[in-house]
Amino acid sequence: MIGIIKLVAKRLGFGLVTLFIVSLIIFWAVEALPGNLAEQVLGQAATPETVEALSKEMGLDRPAFVRYIDWLSSALQGDFGSSLANKRSVSEQLEPRFFNTMFLAGLAAAMSIPISIILGVLAALWRDSIFDRGANVVTLTSISSPEFFLGYILILFLAVQNPIFPSISNVSEGMTLGERTFATMLPAITLTLVVIAHMMRMTRAAIIALLASPYIEMARLKGEPRWKIIVVHALPNALAPVINVVALNLAYLITGVVLVEIVFVYPGVGQLLVDSVQKRDFPVVQACCLIFAATYILLNLLADVGAILSNPRLRHPK
Amino acid sequence: MNRTNRRRFLQGSAAGAAAIALPMRFASAAKRGGVMRMGKAHGQTSDALDPAIHDNGFVIAMTHAYNGYLTEVMGDGSLAGQLAESWEPSADGKVWTFRLRRGLTYHNGRDVVAEDVIASIDHHRGEDSKSAAAPIVKPIVNIEADGKYAVKFTLDAGNADFPFVLSDYHLPVMPVKDGKADWQSGIGCGVYRLSNFEPGIRADFTRYEDHFDSDRGHFDEINMLAIVDPTARTNALMTGQVDAIDRVDLKTVDLLKSRPGIKVHSIAGTQHYTFPMRTDVPPFDNVHVRLALKHAIKRDELVEKILQGYGAVGNDHPIGQGQLFFARDLEQRQYDPEAAKDHLKKAGIDGVLEVDLNVADAAFAGAVDAAVLFAESAKDAGIDINVVREPNDGYWSNVWNKKPFCACYWGGRPTVDLMFQTAYQAGVPWNDAVWENDRFNSLLLEARAEFDAAKREEMYFEMQQLVRDDGGTIVPMFASYVFATSDKLQLPEDIASNWDLDGERWAERWSFV
Repeated sequence: MIGIIKLVAKRLGFGLVTLFIVSLIIFWAVEALPGNLAEQVLGQAATPETVEALSKEMGLDRPAFVRYIDWLSSALQGDFGSSLANKRSVSEQLEPRFFNTMFLAGLAAAMSIPISIILGVLAALWRDSIFDRGANVVTLTSISSPEFFLGYILILFLAVQNPIFPSISNVSEGMTLGERTFATMLPAITLTLVVIAHMMRMTRAAIIALLASPYIEMARLKGEPRWKIIVVHALPNALAPVINVVALNLAYLITGVVLVEIVFVYPGVGQLLVDSVQKRDFPVVQACCLIFAATYILLNLLADVGAILSNPRLRHPK
Repeated sequence: MNRTNRRRFLQGSAAGAAAIALPMRFASAAKRGGVMRMGKAHGQTSDALDPAIHDNGFVIAMTHAYNGYLTEVMGDGSLAGQLAESWEPSADGKVWTFRLRRGLTYHNGRDVVAEDVIASIDHHRGEDSKSAAAPIVKPIVNIEADGKYAVKFTLDAGNADFPFVLSDYHLPVMPVKDGKADWQSGIGCGVYRLSNFEPGIRADFTRYEDHFDSDRGHFDEINMLAIVDPTARTNALMTGQVDAIDRVDLKTVDLLKSRPGIKVHSIAGTQHYTFPMRTDVPPFDNVHVRLALKHAIKRDELVEKILQGYGAVGNDHPIGQGQLFFARDLEQRQYDPEAAKDHLKKAGIDGVLEVDLNVADAAFAGAVDAAVLFAESAKDAGIDINVVREPNDGYWSNVWNKKPFCACYWGGRPTVDLMFQTAYQAGVPWNDAVWENDRFNSLLLEARAEFDAAKREEMYFEMQQLVRDDGGTIVPMFASYVFATSDKLQLPEDIASNWDLDGERWAERWSFV
């Protein structure tokens, strides 16, 4: 047990180092942009006087290193400064949107993970059958279509022709869980369709790879039914690669859904990031990037830990 | 009919010192009640309540809903007082006195007084002002209260259109707090209270029952949503999630029209698309090169293919056909490759003229297509236009006003003077053709201070001709505002054309059937 805690702590330490490097990259990438930051922000309205006034207001007259330390230390305390465009605190803007993004990702994960694992197990069970082929064709088609296209198809069939779900996800603060789930249904289904293929095929492949191993043969010789062989004997050993794929897809659900957000007018972090890039609102851009990076690192960390826990050989390294 | 009304109005103001009578407001039979849901094509997370930085359709509609303005542009294009009961200029048009209505209140119950007006205008003035309205309030040299309910503006030069200036969406009357205009609280004196504002997502309003004008504001509540994606906006209207949308996608407008229960409205206005050429850069410093290009564009084709017919051809000046002082007798410029070739010869160019045209769809919807069509039609005129596609992102800071030849759009300006002084006066930052014409610039100042409508008309006609024949801007088309509503909504007979959606005053002017 102590070994595991030590291992997790070590991984966590590596995660923090990665995050620190990412923060350096984020900050210096903005610094490296050509021209004065204030000029970029003002765009059309840049005159020498306004540029000077804004530079002073943004503290651009101080050396970059000092500004980096300042930015990082307040970011660690959850304070990302205030937006250049509307002067509101960045954390205040991020918080409700981050919640929305997590909600959508959570809903999509709650649908897609069980479905894809079950589909993967069934496909392995009835390998090369009509079911296997069918599941592959359908999920590969859905992952190959651009997500906004899937969204439009769903809107056409589930909102316009058969008005079951709303075509725009108009979520607001006072909604009950049920109302919110209902409003978020179409984007969640879209995302489910996008991520299902990856996880399902990984499950199927991992299980099939194991089916050739001697211990499975032993179980078969003992006369175990096929489903039991797969669920009880093969699946636990196939978990490590599946967990990795699930974590990657979860990270995608949180950080990569801006197109879906735009199609369904869903107020998530992706839209905030795109708006801020267009408006050259760097504090918001930096905060979003840092949060996305942290999400990726954290989920990969969880995947690593999960993989280690599911594999005794890794649990007790020599 | 409208034209005579407006002319009569101006002649009234020309009579000078007498206070201007306000157009009567007839009691309307519009039904009260209901929750209005609007889907707007704009709205960004960077939006804020500060009117100094308002720049898109979402915030313009929002500010009109919860704020009051001294004056407003009515549906027929005339000017009426909103918070101002009356106004009068001095004989030279330099000093204007505005009298406030009595009994105006903010949503927190406080009275609207002269001090508020002063602080609200001062919000945009001053040396280090970053306000987008700074140029339009710059001519104001002094503002002072004249008693509790009157404000006296002193200008650096006479301006007969000054009351129009005060209808600008940047200039709402905000409550004064510690000597400064308080925009942060979102308290205004408009028809609706702002109950919720999430930038880039939505704004919600409830009716302010103590508003002075009981003929305005028929909805109980308003939910305004930012739906930037055109397909999402169209779907939201078709599935009944919103009652109206702006900026209908012109590519699919015919399909939308055929849906039962939906009405598409097209309002010809002042919005126009342009191709500015920098007159300080060769070859555009030669007026014959400019004229050659102006003759080499097929205007009808652009209106038909880019605007799907929802617009009108332009005559290389920025004044729309429905506007007061539009030069009706000025001959419409046509596509004429022979004339273009003649001008090239006069410019001393033998053979083919080669120019780069830098465009992106950020300039206006369909700008790249329009540039390609332009290049095609210019070939026959001996001009080789190389269309350079630029990224949308950063277009306004890196391409427009920088490259010698690019694309641009202009929204509404309610008066000829405001349009000219924004983009054609020598030395102003948005003069994107860097055009300087002495005659034009002296006429501009002269016309501004002229109270005799006939004389003004003469001057404005000449100025339009100067822009058309000497200016650096090709104005091929005027785009109509196209929006769609559910048939449950009732719209007034006259729909304002100074901005989209009834001058962005739909919240107070529209109602349910």
